[in-house]
Order: sequence, then structure tokens, then C-alpha cells
Amino acid sequence: MSSKGAAPPSAAAADPPRRTGRRQQRVAAAVLLTPFTALLVAVFLVPVGYAVYLSLFSEDHEGLGFGGGRTVFTGLRSYLSVLQDPSFLSGFGTIALYCVIFVPLVVISALALGLLLDSGLIRLRRTVQMLVYLPHAVPGIIAAVIWLYLYTPGLSPVIKLFAQADITIDFLGLHTVLPSIVNIALWSGLGYNMIIFYAALQALPREVIEAATIDGAGGIRTALQVKVPIIRGSVVMVCMFSLIGALQLFTEPMLMNQATPMVNSRFTPNMYIYDAAFRRNNYGLASAASVILLIVTCVLSYAVTRWSGRRERRA
Amino acid sequence: MTTTTPTTPVNTPQGPPARPLGKPFGRSKLTSRGIANAVVLIAALYTMLPALWLVLASTKNADALFGSDILSFGDFSFGRNLSDLFSMDGGLYGEWYVNSLLYAVVGALVGSLISVAAGYAFDKYEFRHKEKLFGLVLTGVMVPPTVLALPLYLVASNIGMVNTFWSVFIPVLFNPFGVYLARLLSSGYVPNEVLEASRVDGAGELQTYVRVSLRMLGPGFVTVFLFQLTAIWNNFFLPMVMLSDQHLYPLSLGLYTWNSAATVSPEYYPLVVIGSLLAVVPLIVAFVMLQRYWKSGLTAGSVK
Repeated sequence: MSSKGAAPPSAAAADPPRRTGRRQQRVAAAVLLTPFTALLVAVFLVPVGYAVYLSLFSEDHEGLGFGGGRTVFTGLRSYLSVLQDPSFLSGFGTIALYCVIFVPLVVISALALGLLLDSGLIRLRRTVQMLVYLPHAVPGIIAAVIWLYLYTPGLSPVIKLFAQADITIDFLGLHTVLPSIVNIALWSGLGYNMIIFYAALQALPREVIEAATIDGAGGIRTALQVKVPIIRGSVVMVCMFSLIGALQLFTEPMLMNQATPMVNSRFTPNMYIYDAAFRRNNYGLASAASVILLIVTCVLSYAVTRWSGRRERRA
Repeated sequence: MTTTTPTTPVNTPQGPPARPLGKPFGRSKLTSRGIANAVVLIAALYTMLPALWLVLASTKNADALFGSDILSFGDFSFGRNLSDLFSMDGGLYGEWYVNSLLYAVVGALVGSLISVAAGYAFDKYEFRHKEKLFGLVLTGVMVPPTVLALPLYLVASNIGMVNTFWSVFIPVLFNPFGVYLARLLSSGYVPNEVLEASRVDGAGELQTYVRVSLRMLGPGFVTVFLFQLTAIWNNFFLPMVMLSDQHLYPLSLGLYTWNSAATVSPEYYPLVVIGSLLAVVPLIVAFVMLQRYWKSGLTAGSVK
């Protein structure tokens, strides 16, 4: 990696400069790494450590607020109260249900589009890619605003259209609000995932597919039995990243929360954290919930890296 | 400037030539081609129509937005909406726009300089605990920014930094994925021989970095920059947690508060619509102009 192996012959004689060179390299590495390391400590390690600390202590206000209350060690009490809180657990339940709908939907539709683009049947392929990718450049909050308005009776041309056919449709009802949120995520993520699959398909060795064709496999069979199994690495990656993304769900339901009582203020784990910290002013509870979410996310992420690591070794 | 080829697969905007592979779907070529194109057309309509609605709706005033047909242009008030947008609440929208540009453009610029420097150091130099430190970087990649928002708020409130420009600006500089990507790109774009040659010429390490390596890393830099620009422009949870002064808000948070105001006073609806439209423009422009770069970044990221 460094200069050791690739030293030109003339440098062999110049030993002392070499040594100063090595020191120079260490200095250079330190200079280049310092800003990032400072950030790593200041906005990653310290906050996480502080959240863990706060989750183990709590402000004691028994003295009617004399002297602002003192901090007492409460051990895992905050964690217990978070884990026993039905509204926190129902947040994870919401996420689970959301994943059950969203993950298969986005993977299958993005994969289908990727395969179609790869099949050579599609006209204007570049334009199509751009158009389908476009929503990914739309910030999450704005995507949510657009769709919220398309779901709002009176504003929405979609609802008007259905009304003309005498169909009443309520996008923000008890059973429709979660699919409505899924739809926003699908709209934003479809093109992004399509391009990931398309890029993976483009990298496939052409001989394999030609061989399948010579063996008499049709287009659909080649796609499902030859192409998809080879790019299953990308498929699993997209699944896992969608799962991890789902755990972060915040923007869309937060906006929906303003529009419909069907989305309460603790609808997802992130909303629970926000609610605990800023509406209930319970930092111990909010910290404990953050740490739990952090751990769950890390466990899932670890699974991703383990999995993709195995895939690389196999390849 | 030397032309270098990255090791990561790069899709040029032209795309590969069309390659029909053997028998296409089914027996009848014509119908299968028709069905395939129809499916893709539906997908394109699905992604396009809501965006188109935003464009059309931005030409309507509050009454027309709720009342008439969306396609009728009888009541064209785009200009009126635009001037309302920038005059409402003492020109807050303009301030939000400037804030967003500051957070996103300056933040992404500084942030990617930091990330690229770190990634380059990880690639080119040997030092103690290198792989341990890189393990921390990878952990950082796994932890999404929203999980860090509350812990960051707690620290910031402890040192009295809450509700300042810096409380949003500093955390967004941290981009471990950028470091990961930069290490990958550095090993692809900057051959070690170039460093050797520069050393033989007597140039210092940092001099070499600034004058030679950074130039070769140009395309990689743009990729990291774009990723970070998008992330910061989309940032919502962190500003929401940190900021209470409306004058410091980025667009995302500003539009959110106007949208909540709209449920009480509907004159905000057209402003949220046109405000959203304008807020999308910079990213679309960046994406269309720098298409080549994000595609290479996307594939590099998915190879991970």
C-alpha cells in the first residue's frame, strides 16, 4: 500500500531521506485525518456516550425544584419503562407492518423495472431512467407534502376523479394511512433501487445469458432463473437497507400527524423519541429509547455487512 | 490533467448500446415488446404525475387550488404566488432558502473536503491503529443520522449551542460514508506510482496531496459532494430538534411549519406548494448536471 514495495532502484541509496520521508508521511496522515477524527469524536462518540449516560441517570425533582433537582443513578429503570411502554412497542409494530408491505413491493417493482430495462425491449431507456429516478431528488418532506395534498379531500385531483365515478376514497383512514405512507416511500425509492438493480444486471457476464438463450430459455425464464439468482446479492442488500431505512421512519408520519388523527404522535420509534424529549421533557426516557433504536439498527446493519462480506468471499 | 479510469464500474450517461438478448418475452415479439413498454410507461407516469401536479398547482391561488379543475389555466397566478411567497412573514422564505444553501452547499463542500482527505489518508498511508479507526468509520456508516439527532441535541444543550447555526452545520459535516467512498475512489483514481514520482521530485506529502492527488480525485470528490448535498438538503429531524428560531430554519423545516399553519389559515397552501416547487429545483439541477458522478457513486456504494 505505501511506498515500501514500489521503491525505484535509485532510492535504495538514499536511505536517510527515506526515513525523513516516512516521518513526513506520518505527519501528512495526521494532518489529513485530524478534522475527520475531531468530528468523529464530537458528533458521534461523545453524543452516543452521553445518551448512554443520561439513560442510566434521571433528574430527581422531589424537592419541588429547589436547586433544579439532582441527578440520581437509576440504572436500567428508564430502559424498563421504555420497553414496557405499549406506545413504544406499537411503534415497532407499525414499522414491522410497514416493512411487510413496503419491502416486497419496492423490491419486486424495482427488480421488474430493472429487468425490463436490461431486456433491450424498452424504447427511450435513458429518458425512462431519468423520469423514474427523478423523485429521489425530491426531499423527503416535499415528497410527503405533495402526496399529503394528493390525499387531502378538496385538494386532491385523484379523489375528485374517483368521486366522478361515484367512488369515495379515504387515503387517510384507519386502514389506508399506512399504505399511503408506504406509497410515498415507494415513489421516492423506486428509481433509486431500479438503478441499483439495473447496474448489477449490466455487470453480468453476457456469456451466461447467451448460454441460457442457446439452451432455449425464453426471456422471462432467463430473467427469473438466470439473472435474478446471480444478482441476489443486490436484492438482499436492497431488502436490508429498506428495513434499516424503515426503522428511521419520521418525516412522512410527522407530516401526516398534522392532517389525520390516525397517525398519533408516537406512531414510530423516532416519533416516540421526539415526543418523549420535547413534549414530555423526559430526557432519560428519550435517551433510553434512542439507545435501544441505535442497538436495533446496529444489529440489523451488522447483519448486512456480515451478509455482504460472505457474498464477496464467495464471489 | 491525466485521464484515469476508476476501478468502480461507471455507467456513462449514454448507457450501453441496446442488446436484444435472444428471444424476448414470449413468442410474439410485438406484443411482449408492447407489454414491456406499457409497464415501464406506467411506472414513469406514476413517478412523473405527482411532480407535474406540483408544477400545475403552483399556478393556482388558494381558491382555485380547492375549487376548479387542476388543468384549467383560467386563473393563472404563478407570479402572484411567487411574490406572496417571498413577502409572507417578512420574507422568511428567502431566509430559509439562503440558510438551506449555506447548510447544504457550504456544508457539503467543507464536509467532502474533510471526508476525501481522510479517505485518502486511509488509502495511501500506514499508521498505528489504522484498521481499528476505519472500523469506527464503518460503524458510523451504519448508524443513520436520525438516531444521532437526539444525543446531539443533549450534548448541544449541555454546552449551550442549541438553536445556533453551528448546531446544524457542524453535525452535517460528519460523513463516514464519504470517507469510505473516498478510500475506495482514491485507490482507483490515484496510482501509487504518481506519489512515488512526486516524492522523487522532492515534493512534500501535503504538497503532493493538494497539487496532484486532489486533482486526480476530482470526479470522486464530486460524487461525495453530491451525496452529501442531497443528504443535507433533505435533513429534517436534526434541524427540527435543534432549532427554535425561525430565521435559522432550512427550507424543509420552514415548509413543515407553514404546512401546519395551513391547517388553520388556508392562504398558506399555495405558498407551501410553490415553496416546495422552488425547493426541489437546486437538487434537480445538480442531479441533471452531474449525472455521471452520482451513477458511479451509486454503483460503488452498492458493490459494498
